[in-house]
Amino acid sequence: MSTWLEENDLFIDPQRCIGCRACEAACAECDTHRGVPMIHLEPLDRAESVKTGPTLCMHCDDPACAAVCPADAIKRTDDGVVQSSLKPRCIGCSNCQIACPFGVPKVYRARAQMNKCDMCYDRTSVGLKPMCATVCPSEAIFFGPKSVVETQRKNKANNQFIFGKQKITTKVHIMMDTSEDPVNMDIVDFMSVGIEDSQPWEM
Amino acid sequence: MAKLPIAEELIIEKFGPHLKHQPPGGWDQAGEPDRRVKTHCCFCGQQCGIILKVKDNAVVGFDPWESFPFNKGKLCPKGVKRYMQGSHPDRLLYPLENRSGEGYVRTSWDAAYSKTVAEIQRIQSQYGKDSFAVLSGVSLSNEKSYLIGKFARVALETANLDYNGRLCMVSAGAGNKKAFGLDRAGNSWADLLETDLILCAGTNVSECAPITTDYIWKARDTRGAKLIVVDPRITPIARTADLILPVRPGTDSHLFNTLLNLIIQAGDIDENFIKEHTAGFEDVKKTVAKYTVEECERITGVPAKSIRTAAEWWGKAKRSFLLHARGIEHHTKGVDNVLSCINFVLATGRIGKVGCGYATITGQGNGQGGREHGHKCDQLPGNRDITNPEHRQYISKVWGIEEKDLPGKGLSAQEILNEIHAGKIKGLLSICFNPLVSLPDSKFTREALEKLEFYANIDFFLSETAQHADIILPGSLHEEDEGTSTSAEGRVIRLQKAVNPPGEAKVDWEIFLEIARRLGKGKYFDHFKNPEDMFNELRVASKGGTADYYGITYDKIDKNMGVFWPCPSLDHPGTPRLFENGKFYHPDGKAHFNVVEYKPSADIINEEYPIYLTTGRVIYQYLSGTQTRRIGFLSDQCPDPYVEMHPLLAEKYGIKDGDRVRITSRRGTVELNAKVVKTIRPDTVFVPYHWAGKKSINRLTQRALDPISKIPEFKMSAVRIEKVSENSL
Repeated sequence: MSTWLEENDLFIDPQRCIGCRACEAACAECDTHRGVPMIHLEPLDRAESVKTGPTLCMHCDDPACAAVCPADAIKRTDDGVVQSSLKPRCIGCSNCQIACPFGVPKVYRARAQMNKCDMCYDRTSVGLKPMCATVCPSEAIFFGPKSVVETQRKNKANNQFIFGKQKITTKVHIMMDTSEDPVNMDIVDFMSVGIEDSQPWEM
Repeated sequence: MAKLPIAEELIIEKFGPHLKHQPPGGWDQAGEPDRRVKTHCCFCGQQCGIILKVKDNAVVGFDPWESFPFNKGKLCPKGVKRYMQGSHPDRLLYPLENRSGEGYVRTSWDAAYSKTVAEIQRIQSQYGKDSFAVLSGVSLSNEKSYLIGKFARVALETANLDYNGRLCMVSAGAGNKKAFGLDRAGNSWADLLETDLILCAGTNVSECAPITTDYIWKARDTRGAKLIVVDPRITPIARTADLILPVRPGTDSHLFNTLLNLIIQAGDIDENFIKEHTAGFEDVKKTVAKYTVEECERITGVPAKSIRTAAEWWGKAKRSFLLHARGIEHHTKGVDNVLSCINFVLATGRIGKVGCGYATITGQGNGQGGREHGHKCDQLPGNRDITNPEHRQYISKVWGIEEKDLPGKGLSAQEILNEIHAGKIKGLLSICFNPLVSLPDSKFTREALEKLEFYANIDFFLSETAQHADIILPGSLHEEDEGTSTSAEGRVIRLQKAVNPPGEAKVDWEIFLEIARRLGKGKYFDHFKNPEDMFNELRVASKGGTADYYGITYDKIDKNMGVFWPCPSLDHPGTPRLFENGKFYHPDGKAHFNVVEYKPSADIINEEYPIYLTTGRVIYQYLSGTQTRRIGFLSDQCPDPYVEMHPLLAEKYGIKDGDRVRITSRRGTVELNAKVVKTIRPDTVFVPYHWAGKKSINRLTQRALDPISKIPEFKMSAVRIEKVSENSL
């Protein structure tokens, strides 16, 4: 029988992201890494667009970070969560930081330890959604069964990523826009330009 | 008096804003809280449910409240970090007296009350009752709003009471009353989930009402609903919209008149609904007939093709929902803009049905309830009219006074400042309002404050305006008192007390009661022992008014997670959706169309001032920033204002991203860093307004008011820009 955590996955829909950083704010409140968020949100190119996207651990089925750890400090639970490093074991060597194809783990020099998203294991192991997915105002970060996402979202959930010859499968899914319409980002594309006599940028 | 006692830098050093980054005791002091209190966020009209963790009479953290139906645990970063405003080093802990050269000196409550009451009596006997004004705010609960309304009229006997909702909801409120005979969002947000087409006009939903984005996305994803956004900027919600109409600031009513004309011409109107349930359509039809797409394209800067597409989508939709906010309301024609939207909705008859609706999005926490029951200069509880003899009679009876002793309609917030500046209003008591930051033309506001003979301020932090007060009375934070609030949906909810006010600070209502007693008016207030007593009187005062709360009790709110007004009797379930079956609240039972003609804005664009300035919020800050500029995480994300401009405009002036730019209007000048982005019209610049002093964009905005709503024209000023220096990074 599968566990609650196995029945639910995390989905990131960058299209819905409004860049508010509620995920970062709430993540930083966690009792295990208080004050430091394990999720990061950046504007992709603010000059061009208001587009933003969160980055958190993808929770690989076969995590490279754990494979390269010389101290065996990174564990993947049976229900699919790749844990942050174990404090007594982690030697702060940065192997994981270098190996991760998604650029997620970070060694915090002050405590000589790698910390990363553990999908709020304190919450998810007892049937609560991760904090980022709980607070996200737009459900750009969503936690639930894949069947719900498949029936209630237009975008397609993808959790397979190709890096060179390597295919990586993850517990975290990225929602992909399936439309082929080009996306305009410059407001001028939506405007009537040159009709007014005195456009201040043309004077 | 009413001047700063010492240099501003010294004031800031002592009273902030300082940034608080950690919970009380620091991050390492975690542990099980003593209690978890289910209450609501204090920032914005969505009033999200939230659980505050309490330990040793301090709020130490939050938990999502997933069973609260509106937000289901969702929060924006302001909600997540709201608890950081408690246990703050800047918190006012005891009464202060402004002593020139010395600063703000600690005084006793007795001395502070005595001085305040003596000054009220002196000023009123010397210059008349109305020479003492009250300014209030809608971060306050319904109970406090009601109390302050009664306090000003009964204890101070002044007509001049108004509130900071004057900068928020008044254009929408006035428009709603004209069109529907009642002032509330037409639907609960549940109808957004059931709609096919959503039109957002002048509402940056993603930053000012973030939870609403999920309602919009759910309709898009599950029903294939389309989204149209009308805005001079591509906001985060506009980024993925199906259609963007990037209007030139101040041209909204032209756009909506044209859209209405197009759907009339296409026959996409509900003639049966118009005939049965509305009045005044023919005059509007005649008026909009002359609004052509070509003219609209020229005026608004929106391509004719997009205008036609919007009209076609709206005309053919089976269900539709129109949302608007300050973007169309902060104008000298704010009420007109609102009415032009409502005309557009009414013509299709798509209102008061499943998935069909209309709403303005309340900006301030209790913007909805606050204006219904208390401190609006022209209204009495229950959304009653202070000039209506029957309404006056009813409220006088509830309050136990003679109708002749009830003051009449007073001045609006900006007009009160104008009269202070003109030397006609001499004294002021204010709470929860920071006009030096939030009102337009801040140089004028400062001059006015300095002219006051006496100013008493109730607040929890020393706001920039409070710095001018003679007496500062430390009041309470949202989480330090209980009461009710009414959300943007019209849902009346419960605010629970999590902690007691720290130090000698008091819950706000105790301060008003004591001043009333010392003014010899105790008999009208002494029966209030707690907020529930005030709510129960409010219920009676609102009974029979359009905003009827009579059937709402604390217990009923708790059991139902909120009750939607109108709720006229105890067995009434509340009204999530208004206007069902075409029933409106005018005496004729109909909705009223209102003729709107497009008018230019008050400020004039010319060669000297060739650029449009529009102002607004960012997600990390709230209103005048009194609270959010003190919360570390929030302030870190957006510590300073900036000027957003398109690369085409920037290039014209030789400006690059990060360069220092001087912006000048007919009122003043401010210097800010440029943010060069392709998401704003090239004839327009945008500056957020949450900061004070040299960072305040309200040094540039103007005091021109809508003639009906008296809202200032924040969303359109004429400015010029010039580069001051290169990006220093």
